[in-house]
Amino acid sequence: MLQGWVVVLGSFGYIGLLFAIAWYADGRARQGRSLIANPVIYSLSLAVYATAWTFYGSVGRAAHDGVGFLPIYIGPTLMILLWWFVLRKIIRISKLARITSLADFIASRYGKSALLGGLVTVIAVIGILPYISLQLKAVSSSFQILLQDLPAGLPGKPGTMPILQVTALYVAVFMALFTIAFGTRQVDVGERHEGMVAAIAFESIVKLVAFLAVGIYVTYGLFNGLGDIFSQAAARPDLARLMVPFSAEGSIANWVWMTVLSMLAIVFLPRQFQVAVIENVEEKHLKTAVWLFPLYMLAINIFVLPIAFGGMLHFPQGVDADSFVLTLPMSQNQEGLTLLVFVGGISAATGMVIVETIALSTMVCNDLVMPILLRWKRLNLAARGDFTALLLDIRRGAIVIILLLGYFYFVVAGEAYALVSIGLISFAAVAQFAPALLGGLYWKGGTRNGALAGLSTGFAVWFYTLLLPAFAKSGWFGMEVVERGLFGIELLRPTQLFGLTGMDQITHAMIWSMIANIGLFVLVSLTGRQSAAEHSQATLFVDVFTQTGEVPRVWRTTTSASALQTLLGRFLGPTRAAELFLAYATVRGLNSVEELEADAELLNFAERQLAGTIGAASARTMVATIAQEEPLGMEEVMTIIDEASHVIAYSHELEQKQRELEAATAGLQAANERLKELDRLKDDFISTVTHELRTPLTSIRAFSEILHDTPDIDPAERHRFLGLIIKESERLTRLINQVLDLAKLESGMAQWQTAELDLREIVSDAVSATSQIFKSRGVAIEARLPSRVSAVVADRDRVMQVMLNLLSNAMKFCPANTGRVEVRLAEVDGGVRVDVEDNGVGVSREHQAVIFEKFRQVGDTLTQKPAGTGLGLAICRQIVERLGGRLWLESEPGRGSVFSFSLPLASGALKAAE
Amino acid sequence: MTPRVLIAEDEDSIVTSLEFLMRRNGFETQIARDGVAAVACLGEFLPDLVLLDIMLPGRSGFDVCRAIRADARLAATRVLMLTAKGRAGEIAKGMEAGADDYMTKPFSTHELVARVRALLGTATPEPQGPQGR
Repeated sequence: MLQGWVVVLGSFGYIGLLFAIAWYADGRARQGRSLIANPVIYSLSLAVYATAWTFYGSVGRAAHDGVGFLPIYIGPTLMILLWWFVLRKIIRISKLARITSLADFIASRYGKSALLGGLVTVIAVIGILPYISLQLKAVSSSFQILLQDLPAGLPGKPGTMPILQVTALYVAVFMALFTIAFGTRQVDVGERHEGMVAAIAFESIVKLVAFLAVGIYVTYGLFNGLGDIFSQAAARPDLARLMVPFSAEGSIANWVWMTVLSMLAIVFLPRQFQVAVIENVEEKHLKTAVWLFPLYMLAINIFVLPIAFGGMLHFPQGVDADSFVLTLPMSQNQEGLTLLVFVGGISAATGMVIVETIALSTMVCNDLVMPILLRWKRLNLAARGDFTALLLDIRRGAIVIILLLGYFYFVVAGEAYALVSIGLISFAAVAQFAPALLGGLYWKGGTRNGALAGLSTGFAVWFYTLLLPAFAKSGWFGMEVVERGLFGIELLRPTQLFGLTGMDQITHAMIWSMIANIGLFVLVSLTGRQSAAEHSQATLFVDVFTQTGEVPRVWRTTTSASALQTLLGRFLGPTRAAELFLAYATVRGLNSVEELEADAELLNFAERQLAGTIGAASARTMVATIAQEEPLGMEEVMTIIDEASHVIAYSHELEQKQRELEAATAGLQAANERLKELDRLKDDFISTVTHELRTPLTSIRAFSEILHDTPDIDPAERHRFLGLIIKESERLTRLINQVLDLAKLESGMAQWQTAELDLREIVSDAVSATSQIFKSRGVAIEARLPSRVSAVVADRDRVMQVMLNLLSNAMKFCPANTGRVEVRLAEVDGGVRVDVEDNGVGVSREHQAVIFEKFRQVGDTLTQKPAGTGLGLAICRQIVERLGGRLWLESEPGRGSVFSFSLPLASGALKAAE
Repeated sequence: MTPRVLIAEDEDSIVTSLEFLMRRNGFETQIARDGVAAVACLGEFLPDLVLLDIMLPGRSGFDVCRAIRADARLAATRVLMLTAKGRAGEIAKGMEAGADDYMTKPFSTHELVARVRALLGTATPEPQGPQGR
């Protein structure tokens, strides 16, 4: 049997070694040669997951459930597959936002909500305290077992002994000392606790070595290898049962939930968050951890079943399986091995307690105490000087209080449950963080209120379905509520809520708490609105891999850089603050801090630095006090967004206007060109008219002067000249009339006397009016008219003018004697068409294009200029178009032309036609 | 030798009046009703003066004028342009083409005869008898 002093000496020796390692690692860190900047150390520190509960408890659980102990280790292994995606994201965010703890992370995600941070802290403390008690209990129990004379008195369920409590107290005190020494060395919790991490990694090695040692001893020392143990166990029905998974009722659901629970625990246990996220040196260390950590888990579990079976085969019934790892070597008087196992147990327990306490104390300080103190107006803390000492004191106080609470909980409730149960209850508590944290990591829509609602309800359900029955079992109050339900309502029985039965308590509690938690988180998030701060944080978190930096919060007012430096100095120490600000100024190419402007960027910088010390929520409060104005509220941001969208809309409008202007300019240019063209055409017209007017005038003047100057002129010649004067005068008159007519038509000043007309009448009148001239020219004319044609609305005289013009044109271009003109009349779609066809010279294609223009006499090209003003067709087209019709030409040069015009039917006629 | 005047004009009545005026003043006349005809008869007729309408069908008055100036046999031929448009640009163009004078329609017959005489160097009207040069 081990002597008490040997155990004590061994314990203190080990503890001294821990101090030394932590001291050494901290020294290395100060020299810039970090010991923990190493993926193996990182992976080993993650193994803080394996606590005394693993070390002693998993054998106990295996002895009870067989392979049922596995899910707790399968979960983390499964989760690790997702680490590269999930944990790396959490790490990235935490480094960016200088996150100090799990509570800080969740609070930060939801708009740096102090309320949420506080709630997370409370849940974590309540959920984890029993777990800490468990570690103290494990150490005390193992100490007690060591001091028993084994062969004589095998330990049954450990009785309450004064020495047990005293040991636990010592353990707690030692842990407080260590935690204070290596957990509160610096104010900035965002900085790593190198010594602590190094010690934890060392402890992971110790507990693994110890467990493997006892495993190997039992398997190969007490028995003849694994085959021997399992075949012996298989021979015993009560043990054989344990080798088959899912043998008990509802155990599949149990396995699933256990696995899920441990998947969540490996991320959301405050100590895991601490080592995996806060203490992480480099993201790439994860790459090693994803295979090394599962390997560690496998190694520390490989001998669980052999030890459990070995113990049960070796000892008679009734020996506490939780202590097999100790009692088996003890029973063989393997004192060295026993001491090693004991030290391994201590390492498992202390590792957990130290990290958990650091994590919890940071949360308590930054997310519970500081926000309250800072908001407590009467304290006027914000105006106080140096905060650094206060912050450290709060944290140290928190460490002591947490450990003492853990101790008292152990004293009061230590005998209430088996070890494993407490661990699982804690797991279930921290699992409540999952919806808010994971949801917040991937869903921007998650809101602060959603997180608050889900978290508090999930926690309440956890409390009611797990903690309450546990308390009741401890005999702190009657079992009435557990057995009969709250207010005697059976549906509200904590262990069979709403009649859900057929499963173990953890599964039952997880189902209900997760339904409540996730349901409310999603529901409240979907129905509520995010504040601007929440939205910016949500974006920062969810899009951390895609965006370049933090979404800067909009601070409306500015303060001075020196005021900010003073503020930082109060929390970080004036020297550190001065260094930070000088560095900030230097990076920006400024010579001194005085040149710094307290703009939004500097405020965010200061806030981030503060966040590393007092957490995001408190940092925000502090900067808000000095900036003397809250950051913009949702409404104001909305206003800004509105304004911005107005500006955008306005600029769109401007663009539109510009486009319109450009179009208008183009239009104007075109119009200008058109005007120029018109001007040119007008000039041409005037010039042409002038020419056309001057030509007859020239003759008239010349002959008049000749007759005037030559009284003795031959009478025959006089007569000829007078005839020419008359002819030219007529030509002049005709020209003037046509120009005026055209001008009138073009300007719309022409008088129209429209009536319903029968075009047959007009056509035959026109033909008969010109038949004499046609005959004299030797051109045949024929009218082919239908017996009846619908009426058109038109001006009779104008239509007659068109007809006569077309007929005279046709005649003009027809060869004498063989010429032939045919007039046809037909009703076409919605109108009446008149064709005037001749067999004359025809019109060349180029002339067809311009023949309806003014003064475009086809005769220009002929040696013999046809008589005419060159305005006839232009006038005809004007008339026909004014009457709503169309005038066109089809012609083949050399074969003749068809001039056609159509006029629309009168509306009455149109109706009749329908 | 009787001065020869070519009348290049497409308007019949104007041709008639010009022919009358020229003949009454004792000049020998020839008529061309378009630009092509005008150029065609130049070599044979060898006019001393051409009354040249600018707006001639076929070839324009400018063309005809340039053809005259390009013909060495017609070095002494005077060109009096007649224009119905009277635009400055046209006049300049006509001068450039080698015209000696121009008149705008409608013109005074007295002035026309005076200018023709001036161009031909027959200052005093001698309705009868040949004119030396």
